[in-house]
Amino acid sequence: MTAPKTLYDKIWDAHVAHEAEDGTCLLYIDRHLVHEVTSPQAFEGLRMAGRPVRAPEKTIAVPDHNVPTTTDREQGIKNEESRIQVEALDKNAKDFGINYYPVDDIRQGIVHIVGPEQGWTLPGMTVVCGDSHTATHGAFGALAHGIGTSEVEHVLATQTLIQKKSRNMKVEITGKLRPGVTAKDITLAVIGETGTAGGTGYVIEYCGEAIRDLSMEGRMTVCNMAIEGGARAGLIAPDETTFEYVKGRPHAPKGAQWEAALNWWKTLYTDEGAEFDKVVTIRGEDIAPVVTWGTSPEDVLPITDTVPAPEDFEGGKVDAARRSLEYMGLTPGTPLSEVPIDAVFIGSCTNGRIEDLRAAAEIVKGKKIAQGVRGMVVPGSGLVRAQAEEEGLAEIFEDAGFEWRMAGCSMCLAMNPDQLAPQERCASTSNRNFEGRQGFKGRTHLMSPAMAAAAAITGRLTDVREVM
Amino acid sequence: MDKFTTLTGIAAPLPLINVDTDMIIPKQFLKTIKRSGLGVNLFDEMRFDSEGKEVPDFVLNKPAYRNAEILVCGENFGCGSSREHAPWAIKDFGIRCVIAPSFADIFFNNCFKNGILPIVLPQAEVDKLMDDAERGSNAIITVDLENQTITGPDGGSISFEVDAFKKHCLLNGLDDIGLTMEKVASIDSFEEAAAQSRPWV
Repeated sequence: MTAPKTLYDKIWDAHVAHEAEDGTCLLYIDRHLVHEVTSPQAFEGLRMAGRPVRAPEKTIAVPDHNVPTTTDREQGIKNEESRIQVEALDKNAKDFGINYYPVDDIRQGIVHIVGPEQGWTLPGMTVVCGDSHTATHGAFGALAHGIGTSEVEHVLATQTLIQKKSRNMKVEITGKLRPGVTAKDITLAVIGETGTAGGTGYVIEYCGEAIRDLSMEGRMTVCNMAIEGGARAGLIAPDETTFEYVKGRPHAPKGAQWEAALNWWKTLYTDEGAEFDKVVTIRGEDIAPVVTWGTSPEDVLPITDTVPAPEDFEGGKVDAARRSLEYMGLTPGTPLSEVPIDAVFIGSCTNGRIEDLRAAAEIVKGKKIAQGVRGMVVPGSGLVRAQAEEEGLAEIFEDAGFEWRMAGCSMCLAMNPDQLAPQERCASTSNRNFEGRQGFKGRTHLMSPAMAAAAAITGRLTDVREVM
Repeated sequence: MDKFTTLTGIAAPLPLINVDTDMIIPKQFLKTIKRSGLGVNLFDEMRFDSEGKEVPDFVLNKPAYRNAEILVCGENFGCGSSREHAPWAIKDFGIRCVIAPSFADIFFNNCFKNGILPIVLPQAEVDKLMDDAERGSNAIITVDLENQTITGPDGGSISFEVDAFKKHCLLNGLDDIGLTMEKVASIDSFEEAAAQSRPWV
């Protein structure tokens, strides 16, 4: 009898193309996603060495980080550097014969939304991208993680990565979530518990009833932020919810291949008795709607709490908290729900899917954005945008005073013109509250789409349960 | 890739924890299609004010550390994005070695691909080196990769761990792709077998 394996063990074992004596492996990569920011130097490296892309049919590219999200973007990108980068991707995709969704294709969007939407991401696969939020694809039970540009070039040339196996960590969310609590609150609460380095060296498997109960959209939100907890990847075992989502997507297997795939996918779970190196258990009912107060995703508190003081922490975190509070312009002891905001951003690979827009629209419906607040909704892909328009969500947002944008990464990292002004404070559904992330000296509070929508209506950080 | 054997240079102290990749190289500098020239933008939003003037208090702006080649940092250095622009900027500035109690995973890997040696040490030893580094140009540190030692200005020596394969690549300046290409037969046979067992991929 073979030893019980974790889900991670099973996917890893199925992809080792070569193992050296010291455990250094060549891990075969099933899907390589590419965007414009982290790839030009990699393609240039291939050209200089005269190497082709080994598996162009397994390589998928889409511009997302730099693209404008205004409706006039067909007229071209005004920022010259951004335009050159997107044009470089256009050319590289053509020259190397890889799958490509250009800016004017309705399927264009954030790479981590496009991959699952088009059925490129499937259970049991290895998926990489020159982007840390590749962890998103773990929601399908795919081993997915971010890589640097040198590794992008390595995968383009060899379809493998040089890797050593990580350790196994289990994060179990038991029981049911309370009303107003979402996947975003789960993933932030986990980081609040483990810290941003708690997952370093691990691949996390999320499990438990509260995770099982999530839709695929919710699971992607949870896995997306595994990297914010320091983990190499996050995984959720595939189940009927997964298979239902995947079935019929353009690049999902069909007919007999579907059956064969399904048979294998159903073996992708952690065996009874398999060992984890670290286990974290959180009761679903203990999770409240949360917001971040500082400049690290681990700076998480329930919205009912108050701004902490540096002295509440220990070690290096005392100075870090002091710096964060100064940067964020917050005074210890202030109730979080009294912090006024200037902007709201709903979108990103964390929360730019249709379910996120529905959740936000439900709060916003029939109401108006508070005076002086700027609200922006950026769908994660052209198809999400089209669906939201069909469902009447776009109208709800526009009636409330939100800007209804085209698909892209937008103000999540503010590489395009969608940026905060210095000291502007934003209720954001994105994934990072780092200094300057959404604009020079801009201030970011991370939260769920429903919470961001509630903040837009009241003009301050708000407990969504007050407006439900 | 540039070799890394031994390095003797000034160590700059940066005792912050969770220094993220957005701090190391803000996104406005990711629009380049080259690897070079990012050193002037290293730690941009900490190094320069909104008018582009140097912030005198920032460590790399102080006269003693302008030519630093080693960075001593707090825990979880390099957290955040996968942008290799972070190690590109560090190296272009002239820093070839980063010492911290812990690093974020992707950044740590990216360093090795660019001839930068990231060293993990226990907090107490980082604290000691941080003290040494505070002494500025009088604090010359020597990092010897072959022997896996760091020698401080007082002559005291501490040892560090490094993955044997990564060490071999750094010492010899080896190109990963070239090494993997030597194993192309393994990749070919894996691909053939996978085409049978998982044809939908």
